[in-house]
Amino acid sequence: MTKGWPQWEVFVRSEAGLAHKHVGSLHAADVRMALENARDLYTRRNEGVSIWVVRSEDVHATDPDEAEAFFEPSEDKRYRFPTSYHVPEGVEHL
Amino acid sequence: MNARVEYVLRFGDNALVLAQRLCAWVAHAPIMEEDVALANVSLDLFGQARLWLAYAGELEGAGRDEDALAFHRGAGEFRNVLLVERPNGDFAETTVRGYFYDLWASLALAELSRSKDERIAAIAEKARKENAYHLRRSEDWMIRLGDGTEESRSRMQRAVNDFWRYTGELFLGDEVDATMREQGVGFDPTALREPWLERVRATFAAATLDVSSDVWMQRGGKQGVHTESLGYLLAEMQVLPRTISGAAW
Repeated sequence: MTKGWPQWEVFVRSEAGLAHKHVGSLHAADVRMALENARDLYTRRNEGVSIWVVRSEDVHATDPDEAEAFFEPSEDKRYRFPTSYHVPEGVEHL
Repeated sequence: MNARVEYVLRFGDNALVLAQRLCAWVAHAPIMEEDVALANVSLDLFGQARLWLAYAGELEGAGRDEDALAFHRGAGEFRNVLLVERPNGDFAETTVRGYFYDLWASLALAELSRSKDERIAAIAEKARKENAYHLRRSEDWMIRLGDGTEESRSRMQRAVNDFWRYTGELFLGDEVDATMREQGVGFDPTALREPWLERVRATFAAATLDVSSDVWMQRGGKQGVHTESLGYLLAEMQVLPRTISGAAW
């Protein structure tokens, strides 16, 4: 029966103010069913106050083969971390 | 028996029997997502049944708790409507039975949430929110499968034709209903018939299904006169506590 039903990625916001987080995926015929199934599968134990569903095919990911080019260049640039920033003496409200 | 005990038992038994029916779908639903969804509805109803039966036991004052009422009564002592005890059949039949009940329950619980009996009003208020979601799901499936393929539509129409005869009882009042209404505790079941039919017609129009007519309406569940299938359901549900007295997890 799921044959032909698209896959959806589910994002749940655990409480107001927090971001929606990816929790898993499911099959559903359309948006309405996807939201209902997400509610029944992923918020049974009071996990959420809001749900997003996105068609899995609409999620675009980086290519693992390109991981070096994408992510390694940031590894040796420690100056991008705030830890290397020294607060000048006498500055109080920072 | 005290009219209020009788009255509360009816709502508790409706929830209990339908919950037991629905839990039989676990691991048998057409898709995994639906499997969990049906289990959720079943658990909601078990939760409602506990609240109703616990209150019925307190009102009765004979020392019976919700377990005693659930597991140590025979079919003739159950007060659920016939609709909810009918077998699951295929997914279309379960959907149609669920839709008829959910829609009726949404109207009944709205009435009960205004009951002068605060305990009844509180239970109804809690159950209402759960029921609103059950109705949303069952109505969605009515429309999806009714206005679906040729096969799904014919199965749905067959289920409607089978179950229609069990809908009349939902709107029949008796002395217990009248007494509860006089006391401001309950409502007049006949008054729910028009709003129920109105919504059914709208849903059926969207689902391209036909409303049955001219069928003999079955009755008796509320007074303890049941179809044969309730006995089998209870045998399965009650076997453990009746075999091993005081069994616990």
